[in-house]
Amino acid sequence: MAVDIFLSRRNPELTLRQKFWQLNWGMVLLLCVIAGVGFAMLYSAANGAMSPWASRQMIRFGLGLVLMFTVALIDIRFWFRYAYLIYFGAFALLVGVEVMGTIGMGAQRWIDLGFIRLQPSEMMKVALVLALARYFHGVSSEDIGRPLYLILPIMLAVAPAGLVLKQPDLGTAGMLLLAAGAVFFAAGVRWWKFALVIVAGLAAVPIGWQFLHDYQKARVMTFLNPENDPLGAGYHSLQAMIAFGSGALTGKGYMQGTQSHLNFLPEKQTDFIFTMLAEEFGLVGSLGLLGLYFLLLAYGFAISLRARNQFARLLALGLTTNLFLYVFINMAMVMGVFPVVGVPLPLVSYGGTVLLTVMIAMGLVMSCYIHRDIRISRRGTAEV
Amino acid sequence: MLQKNEDNERQRAFSRRGLLLGGAQALLLTGLAGRMYYLQVIEADRYKTLAEDNRINLRLLPPPRGRILDRFGLPLASNRQNFRVVLVREHAGDVEKVLMALSQLIELDEHDTKRVLREVSRKRSFVPVTVRENLTWDEVSRVEVNGPELPGVTIEMGQIRDYPFADSMAHVLGYVAAVAERDLTGDPLLELPGFRIGKNGIEQKYDLALRGTAGTSQIEVNAYGRVIRELNREEGKPGDELVLTIDGGLQTYAHQRLQGEKSASAVVMDIENGDVLALASVPSYDPNLFNIGLTIKQWNDLINDPLHPLTNKAIAGMYAPGSTFKMMVALAALKAGIRPDYKVFCPGHMTLGRSRFHCWKRHGHGWVDMHEAIQHSCDVYFYDVSRKVGIDNIAAMSNQFGLGERVGIDLNGERGGVIPTRDWKLANIGEAWQGGETLVASIGQGFVLATPLQLATMVARIASGKQVTPRLTRGVRADAAELEEGVAPPAPEFLPLDVSPAHLDLMREAMDAVSNHPRGTAYRARIEEEGMELAGKTGTSQVRRITMAERAAGVTKNEQLPWRRRDHALFVAFAPVHKPRYCCSVVVEHGGGGSAVAAPIARDILLETQQRDPAGRRSLPIIAGTQIVERG
Repeated sequence: MAVDIFLSRRNPELTLRQKFWQLNWGMVLLLCVIAGVGFAMLYSAANGAMSPWASRQMIRFGLGLVLMFTVALIDIRFWFRYAYLIYFGAFALLVGVEVMGTIGMGAQRWIDLGFIRLQPSEMMKVALVLALARYFHGVSSEDIGRPLYLILPIMLAVAPAGLVLKQPDLGTAGMLLLAAGAVFFAAGVRWWKFALVIVAGLAAVPIGWQFLHDYQKARVMTFLNPENDPLGAGYHSLQAMIAFGSGALTGKGYMQGTQSHLNFLPEKQTDFIFTMLAEEFGLVGSLGLLGLYFLLLAYGFAISLRARNQFARLLALGLTTNLFLYVFINMAMVMGVFPVVGVPLPLVSYGGTVLLTVMIAMGLVMSCYIHRDIRISRRGTAEV
Repeated sequence: MLQKNEDNERQRAFSRRGLLLGGAQALLLTGLAGRMYYLQVIEADRYKTLAEDNRINLRLLPPPRGRILDRFGLPLASNRQNFRVVLVREHAGDVEKVLMALSQLIELDEHDTKRVLREVSRKRSFVPVTVRENLTWDEVSRVEVNGPELPGVTIEMGQIRDYPFADSMAHVLGYVAAVAERDLTGDPLLELPGFRIGKNGIEQKYDLALRGTAGTSQIEVNAYGRVIRELNREEGKPGDELVLTIDGGLQTYAHQRLQGEKSASAVVMDIENGDVLALASVPSYDPNLFNIGLTIKQWNDLINDPLHPLTNKAIAGMYAPGSTFKMMVALAALKAGIRPDYKVFCPGHMTLGRSRFHCWKRHGHGWVDMHEAIQHSCDVYFYDVSRKVGIDNIAAMSNQFGLGERVGIDLNGERGGVIPTRDWKLANIGEAWQGGETLVASIGQGFVLATPLQLATMVARIASGKQVTPRLTRGVRADAAELEEGVAPPAPEFLPLDVSPAHLDLMREAMDAVSNHPRGTAYRARIEEEGMELAGKTGTSQVRRITMAERAAGVTKNEQLPWRRRDHALFVAFAPVHKPRYCCSVVVEHGGGGSAVAAPIARDILLETQQRDPAGRRSLPIIAGTQIVERG
């Protein structure tokens, strides 16, 4: 046995069967538990019925698992090789909805494939991290210090973020930029450059404010002062906080949440599902789910630290950060410490694209784990 | 090898920054946990309250209004089912179409339709809107049968006050009507739509007791106000069932008997306990109309009617008592020491100073003593003794018999009449008393005014010698459980009057003679039935002044005068004559002569009373010592 392990370290090329056993089963279990919590909450949201949400979410999760395993088992070098292609594919789709959205009515954020409504902006969250990881993999430590080398990755990040912002989807655009920022940071971009960007960003806030839609402005204002207008724009925020707080220590009991079941709570099956959980299971439930996410994120970070090639490191870290952003923004939003920006709780909120995106992302993280010992040259050739 | 070294360096750099990022994220997640603790532990109570406020609405359940029963338990005011059609928009779909279909089945006017359309568009789609109230059984069944073609239409039941006796009991009971702004006291019941309160009569006087207390229903509502379920229900306390002293049958009879007159009233009392057995006033009105809502025309007709149908004349009509007042003068005279056999010569008139005061009998009665003076109702006799006694003594005696101030029956609107004294005239008119005014007052004219209720009380006191006080309410009906321990409240004990029983005997004998002596003024209106004979006194009071010229030419007969200028006809009586139990007063406005018009009515009523004998029959048990909360 000891020899086997020694050999596998020496020779990272694995058979498919070996890879399968190398899958990070603890992480799979975590994902299933979190998704299970989601099913339970969706069942409750429908007043104790599988339809319309829980059953469909289960089917999608099943699909997502298959997709995740497939992605995880595919060689990391495949993802390395096609990283830019995937990015440009996602970018093309993003442009596609933008064009269709202009032709059609109002803000359309998805492409209807019949069985699923594909949101290119969600796919872009994965694709951007892939592309950036590939780019920084090929840049040496010295070159990273040179501003010239940052122009391309900045463009890679800003272009899709700009398109998404135009949709308009403030939450997703912010998430794209923040996840990209994390990759930049982990890749070794100098501290002062971040400081510069932050200062520039803060300076741009008043200018950016002009470009916001009225409802977006209202949301931000409401966030800053939710009790100002309890029946208007502040209504959702306030009702969510009432639901959250009234859950107290142990909650009102499964399917007993008054705020959620009497419809005081908005969007209880999607963005505000965490509030419903908090109302029905109290602090015990909300801390419990937070703990599950914490473990999942810890896995992600451990994988990124363990990987022996820069691409896998950056990819795992970028995708994990992405997951963190989902969780943090959503929870902060429903607890009234962040404006309502429309970010769902991954694996729990009802919705196909986000679920699939997160599963694909987790599949890539697992691929990073399975292929942790594979070395990739800067130009992309594998080294043993 | 070079690249490997470089990669090691990159890994070290990555590890540093990765841990930094991870640490930052862990810190932020800890911040979230802190926020959770703040919301769900520190602020939990506040949010719990807010959540409960959100979901729970308190609804008031109006209690059924207490019934009003007569002394034997006959319902005089009760509640009947009120069927109303309501419409729920979300089930109806096309409201106008449904209303059209509905108007084929029940009577709906333009006004109703417009109101419904307006309300429907203003209210939430699941809130029922009342289309029409007070449906008949026929209409209810037509709507029910056609249910399938009337989506969203349902029949709801409510309660509405019902007065089965309609106009014959209206003045006693009063009526209920919608709550006006000034009736609001803070009782949330009063703010319920459709709630009705007592506006007159017993309904008003005992409104609080009849009203009961509201129940509450805690209902859970969702964010749109739709009722999800009832969480808790506390039944209210129905209003008390009030038992009156009235005998429903007798009241109906009295009311019927008065119907022949334009405007009249009658009171029947039990002499022993003051129970008012009948209290009738015509013309009357139908109190049921007030529930349903009067039209403006109906209301105007009622308040502009010259015969004042809304006024209870038995307690609020003030009339010169005429000769019915003579017993008071006689008693005052006896008390002042004038002997019953003191005689006065009546030539048909009496002169005082430059004025001449006439007896009703033009050529006079000749020599009359007190007994004869009452029997023949000789005016001159009373002119004479009143001068000797003085107005203040007459007034003092009258006051003992309930005249001159309210007797205090439990109805609003009772008036006190007038018994003049020297001081009274100075205070109210500002002039000194004239000697001639004593003469006018001695025959119950001039300033003297009394209500029919006061006259009945006066007779009750003459017949019993006690300070009988009328009452209209016996108490609250006892239910079976309370009867076990409860005893009926003792009959009221009245104190004796400060009048010599012998003097009262003289009055009773004289009144006996009025009715039962062939030469008495009311002999034609006597009761012939053995043991039921009545003793009475007639009264005819002028409402105009008879001029010297007219007297010379012969006084115009009442029948030839316009109605408004005819005399009031009065009669007071008690029966049976030797064992008095019931008394009665009758006033017929502008009826003409007391003996011809009022006495036969009183005779019929007293005969009916004795035949029914309400005092001899077992009445409904009531709770001992019940305090009835009055609303002024």
